[in-house]
Amino acid sequence: MLEKAIVLAGCAIGAGLALIAGIGPGIGEGYAVGKACEAIGRQPECKGDVTQTMLLGCAVAETTGIYGFVTGLLLLFVGPIYLGGFLG
Amino acid sequence: MNIEINGAPILFSLPLFGGIDITATLIISWLVMAVIIGLCYWLTRGLKVRDVGKKQLVAEFLVETAQKFVDTNMGKKFSHYGPFIAAIFSLSALSSLVSMIGLWSPTADLSTELGWALLVFVMITATKIKTSGMGGYVLGFTKPIAALTPFNIISELATPISMAFRHFGNIVSGSVINTLVYTSLALASHGLLSLFFGWLPGAAGEVLRAIPFLQVGIPAVLSVYFDLFSSLMQAFIFCMLTMLYIASAAEDA
Repeated sequence: MLEKAIVLAGCAIGAGLALIAGIGPGIGEGYAVGKACEAIGRQPECKGDVTQTMLLGCAVAETTGIYGFVTGLLLLFVGPIYLGGFLG
Repeated sequence: MNIEINGAPILFSLPLFGGIDITATLIISWLVMAVIIGLCYWLTRGLKVRDVGKKQLVAEFLVETAQKFVDTNMGKKFSHYGPFIAAIFSLSALSSLVSMIGLWSPTADLSTELGWALLVFVMITATKIKTSGMGGYVLGFTKPIAALTPFNIISELATPISMAFRHFGNIVSGSVINTLVYTSLALASHGLLSLFFGWLPGAAGEVLRAIPFLQVGIPAVLSVYFDLFSSLMQAFIFCMLTMLYIASAAEDA
């Protein structure tokens, strides 16, 4: 019983820690969008190209955050089932 | 209140090879493919050179947009990739958008995206081998110095995984947040109604307090972002990355 409780607590805490990964993409994407706004302000005629490149860059920058999210999901919904199975 | 977030529901099992589970992902993927094929068939009936109808204008617009998209991003040399990119885009966009009519969206299942990403990975590798030959492809891993070979192999294998996880994570995070919002709105409306109609006794009071009135309208705002914007965005990004990877694979030589 105690082992299961420790495993569950570990999974929950781990999921919370995994979501700290969201900070990086947040800062990175904000920076990218800010720079894109500056670029559009300087050259409004390039709006289409800048927006497209910015969205692609944002999507790539988002990857690490998504990894954190997937890890969190695995820890919350998949981890307890398997670890519980090991402990019996 | 319990919140349940599940994988693809298994609809039935085929009694072949010890039972093949048919999930909602499979059924809805085939449904989406049938819709796309049906649309293509319907749009391209009765094409004319003169006096073009509305239907043909729509078809021409779609084809030209897709072709221009590929030509500007990959160059004229790769214009034969147009149909493939258009197919992936329409499949991905429609698969995500079916969640708007309440169906299970196939892109909320990692298997779907992993399938597409592996297909793209095979195409990238084939393009690399075609441009620099088998020897050149294998030697390409040892650049710039031989000590970096393991890292090059890892980064090569990370391409399909990151493409699949990016698409999957975006769609699933939307559906998880939607589920959480629906549940919390149900709880909040129950609390509010208990505050005002707590004095109503019996079954009538129970039924009245169980009406989740806050669920009307508020989740639609989130749905516009997560279902509509995010779906189209991820389809666009998946196609964009596919094109960039294939185009850069051909330049490596």
